[in-house]
Amino acid sequence: MAVQTVASTTDSVDLGPAAALSCRECGHRVPLGPVFACEECFGPLEIAYDFSAYDTEELRKQIEAGPANIWRYAPLLPVPADVADKPNINPGWTKLVKADNLARELGVTGGLYVKDDSGNPTHSFKDRVVAQAIEAARAFGFTTLSCSSTGNLAGAVGAAAARAGFRSCVFIPHDLEQGKVVMAAVYGGELVGIEGNYDDVNRFCSELIGDPAGEGWGFVNVNLRPYYAEGSKTLAYEICEQLGWRLPDQLVVPIASGSQLTKIDKGLQELIKLGLVEDKPYKIFGAQAEGCSPVSVAYKAGHDVVRPQKPDTIAKSLAIGNPADGPYVLDIARRTGGAVEDVTDEQIVDAIKLLARTEGIFAETAGGVTVGVTKKLVENGLLDPALTTVVLNTGDGLKTLDAVAGTGLTATIRPSLDSFREAGLV
Amino acid sequence: MSVNVRIPTILRTYTGGQAEVAAEGATLAEVIADLEKNHTGIAARVLDDQGKLRRFVNVYVNDDDVRFEQGLETATPDGAGVSIIPAVAGG
Repeated sequence: MAVQTVASTTDSVDLGPAAALSCRECGHRVPLGPVFACEECFGPLEIAYDFSAYDTEELRKQIEAGPANIWRYAPLLPVPADVADKPNINPGWTKLVKADNLARELGVTGGLYVKDDSGNPTHSFKDRVVAQAIEAARAFGFTTLSCSSTGNLAGAVGAAAARAGFRSCVFIPHDLEQGKVVMAAVYGGELVGIEGNYDDVNRFCSELIGDPAGEGWGFVNVNLRPYYAEGSKTLAYEICEQLGWRLPDQLVVPIASGSQLTKIDKGLQELIKLGLVEDKPYKIFGAQAEGCSPVSVAYKAGHDVVRPQKPDTIAKSLAIGNPADGPYVLDIARRTGGAVEDVTDEQIVDAIKLLARTEGIFAETAGGVTVGVTKKLVENGLLDPALTTVVLNTGDGLKTLDAVAGTGLTATIRPSLDSFREAGLV
Repeated sequence: MSVNVRIPTILRTYTGGQAEVAAEGATLAEVIADLEKNHTGIAARVLDDQGKLRRFVNVYVNDDDVRFEQGLETATPDGAGVSIIPAVAGG
């Protein structure tokens, strides 16, 4: 098969239990390599594993004795067994916060948890996926890392590249939040603004990869996407292990490309097949902003294809109008009995403040989307308040301060007790 | 109408490794039919059994995603650039 990179498609790379790449659409298999789309049908290639040698209890012990980061799950990821010894940013094992105050506000009685991925090294879940891509880039001999990004990924790639000794050159829409631009640029790699939206940036990167100008580059979310995407499985693993090796009944997950939701489902299915959790039903709900809701619109219309939209929302990290994994999100929401819902920008801001006020967690706009959608799902009866529910917060509110602009001082007073009393604060 | 078609890496086995080829046609459907004449097998990779664009293929005429235009009936003016791109990128 044609591969236009310096690296070659090979059977001999050491990526642990990863055995091959398999097309999610048609099942066509190819050897591990820096390829992402099926040569037969253009469908997404994903990692096929060989877990046949694993003993459930031995595996559980190995995981529990592992490091407090995603590498405790190395036996289930496309990484070499000695991955923890290599320079990487070692994300994961973030807090699963029991959100009793938020639960009371929302009327959830079955246990509500927030998986708070703002605790990762660059303050978003993207560190999980980039950590996988770094290992694939090493295996395939790339020296430059790149990506199309709505902001969080740019920072994660910049940091991971700096730590692992790669050059980085990443592409973002030119009008991103200033916090994300600074957080991406500070690591010293090249950061290029593209005059267009995320889908324009993504298209540019897809064309660059087929051009000599992009030769030798590992695009974490294009030619390394099958490996990169697997990082989202670690969210599923951690949630279950932190619940005492139990599946939650319901999960509320944000949708940008849909990759994260799709891989969380894959991770849960793997845990069931490996016997690490009980085989029982769970529901996955997808969350979008109304201003970029192609999957939600398709879900509500009963469609199994997603019509692209031109995004217009404050939730820029979710502003992908042409989501690559949208059809699979629809499949998973319907298969598990979940749903896909969306909220307005105003509801997103209200939800950011609600989460901050009740649990002391300052979420970026994507977290406002999941909390806002959770509230809406309870109100419209789609989410059962009596069941254990996990809501994802995938990024830190410091990245999207503009969203809560206007939140500030209660009062400005002179440094005197009289002034304090006069302000009505006693 | 003559247009330039950018070919993604996974289809270059059909174009002898060429990243860009010329094709004729007043609409995208005609352009794909003309591509098939000169590069046998390529149409079946881009279109499904019903003759529709596969769901994981994005096609742009100049800068416009044809899904926002008229799909396979999107006009392809003389000199236009047509890009065929795998959709499973990003995120």
